[in-house]
Amino acid sequence: MQAEGLELWRGDRCLFRDLSFELPEEKALHVSGPNGCGKTSLLRVLCGLSEPEEGAVRWRGKSIRRDREDYHQAFAWLGHLNGFKAELSARENLAFSVSLRRKTDDEVRNNTLDQVGLTAAADLPCRVLSAGQKRRLSLATIMLSAARLWILDEPFTNLDSKGREMISELLNSHCASGGAAIVAAHQELGVEQPYLQHLKMEDAV
Amino acid sequence: MSGPMSGFGTVLARDLRLAFRRPGEMANPLLFFVLITAIFPLGLSPEPELLRTVAPGILWGAALLSSLLALDLLFKNDYEDGSLEQLVLSGHSLPVLVLAKTLAHWVVSGLPLVLAAPLLASALYLPAHAWDTLMLGLLIGTPTLSLLGAVGAALTTGLGTGSALLSLLVLPLATPILIFGARGVDLAVQGLDPVGPMYLLGAILFLAVSLLPLAIATAVRISLD
Amino acid sequence: MWKLFHQFGSPPHFYRLAGYLIPWFGAAALILILIATYGGLVLAPADYLQGDGFRIIYVHVPSASMSLFAYTLMATAAGIGLIWRIKLAHAVAAAVAPIGASFTFLALATGSIWGKPMWGTWWAWDARLTSELILLFLFLGYMSLRAANDDVGKADRASGLLAVVGVVNVPIIHYSVEWWNSLHQGATIIKLGKPAITGDMLWPLLMMLAGFGFYFATVMMIRTRSQVLQRERKSQWLKSL
Repeated sequence: MQAEGLELWRGDRCLFRDLSFELPEEKALHVSGPNGCGKTSLLRVLCGLSEPEEGAVRWRGKSIRRDREDYHQAFAWLGHLNGFKAELSARENLAFSVSLRRKTDDEVRNNTLDQVGLTAAADLPCRVLSAGQKRRLSLATIMLSAARLWILDEPFTNLDSKGREMISELLNSHCASGGAAIVAAHQELGVEQPYLQHLKMEDAV
Repeated sequence: MSGPMSGFGTVLARDLRLAFRRPGEMANPLLFFVLITAIFPLGLSPEPELLRTVAPGILWGAALLSSLLALDLLFKNDYEDGSLEQLVLSGHSLPVLVLAKTLAHWVVSGLPLVLAAPLLASALYLPAHAWDTLMLGLLIGTPTLSLLGAVGAALTTGLGTGSALLSLLVLPLATPILIFGARGVDLAVQGLDPVGPMYLLGAILFLAVSLLPLAIATAVRISLD
Repeated sequence: MWKLFHQFGSPPHFYRLAGYLIPWFGAAALILILIATYGGLVLAPADYLQGDGFRIIYVHVPSASMSLFAYTLMATAAGIGLIWRIKLAHAVAAAVAPIGASFTFLALATGSIWGKPMWGTWWAWDARLTSELILLFLFLGYMSLRAANDDVGKADRASGLLAVVGVVNVPIIHYSVEWWNSLHQGATIIKLGKPAITGDMLWPLLMMLAGFGFYFATVMMIRTRSQVLQRERKSQWLKSL
């Protein structure tokens, strides 16, 4: 994945200009910087949700605007919002999110729910889950997505120390198996050195 | 992913299931339809002769307004809980997914209007031989209303402007449906052949199904930016 | 071809070109409208049926055609902006909308003033007047949607999409209204327009049309220039002006 000369304005503020990086496989890119510096905006540009003013994002050498659906299949996105329906149970939400991407059977999904520690809460409607539990459910979606690239915006928010450790472990094994990740976070990712890459953003002008 | 329609069934099933978990919201458009229809005799007069003449216009106007009412929420909930961006990034063709959402919405809010129409028609003394034209017209007209409304809903999602703007955007575009639908019933009441306007409604529906999902998908992408 | 397209689409180029053209277009509009006014009010004979009342067509018909032209132009510009991401096209669409709405309003107002002596009422559900009314709402919807978006880029794309959907719909609306009106012939006493037009009635009308066209182009360029100034306020070429 490559980003070339990205530039984005929000109103009269230039969030970033001439921002470029390259992310090979087996790497996790840690995007850090003060609040309001445009981390989320950058991630949304990388996903293709926002249009940059200038520059282009390439995935395997092709601009992501060319082959949008192909690119979207290759990555999983975790934003500020989890994207779960309050009326559906954790199990139903997971089944829906995953089935948009690939076929899985109940057993695989139950195992994953177990892994993120949600077995007891699996049949509760998402309305009554805590913020941390919803975050864990999002992680389960990401794990089951079979995506090569993970784009995670502040995945650590609302998680307890065990949950944060779990993310670090997940990122390590994801990179070890040839995947890549872009993570915006204020804290260290806990990813092993060979996998780690940094992008420090400065305050907007 | 396999097939151009992949994801259609998944989204349709989810939205229908969601709708059935919120039965109150589901009943609203139908109640609104009944209410508007009931208001006119109160405002005009209970005289059968008069009501019979204005019934096609009232029924179609009420159908138009009540299908707009529920459209406000079509994308708003998904926008607010983040599932809209997940849909956009799911790797499926977005026009297909929004078509599924609109169809689910129509099944919940448009179809009940079609089924309830004869009941209200009889309350307005519309002769029984025009009921089938009324139902047929609504059956092929309300999906177009839902599609047009979905464009407006997608454009206004996330703006926080309320439903007044949505109506301003959609109502002028929906006038042909109203005209053809209501005049078709009029013709049937007079014992004339209503097949012309029905064909036109069908042609517009065909056009809407093939073109509007693209517009809705574009509008969804814009509102997420 | 592409190079030309992009060169014309470049804001600095447009800004200079429009600045040069505005006085010429404005002068042409003024001269044409003055001559046409004299021709229409003084030289043209009174209509044998409608008397002097018919003279309002010299305002009504050109504004009605300008309103439709404005909508088509706005939608075309918005479509170009959406597909090829040319910001100047969006600026043109944004500049045209209020002008189009004003012409639509003028067409409605003059139509209604004309209607008073013709039909004996200020408003009749005549097919053309009704179409104009719906067109006015299309313009107003476009402008409200633009105003509701804080971000210029987002406003451009959202309202542009609406204009494109609208312009596909306009012929359908027009046809449906005509059809609706033809079912109720009783409601209209005399249809607007279509008086037997003679040559000395016609030339001021054509001249007025051309004059309105130049006026439209002048105002459009002035408004687009101010849009460009607003949108490009952070760019280098403006600072060097």
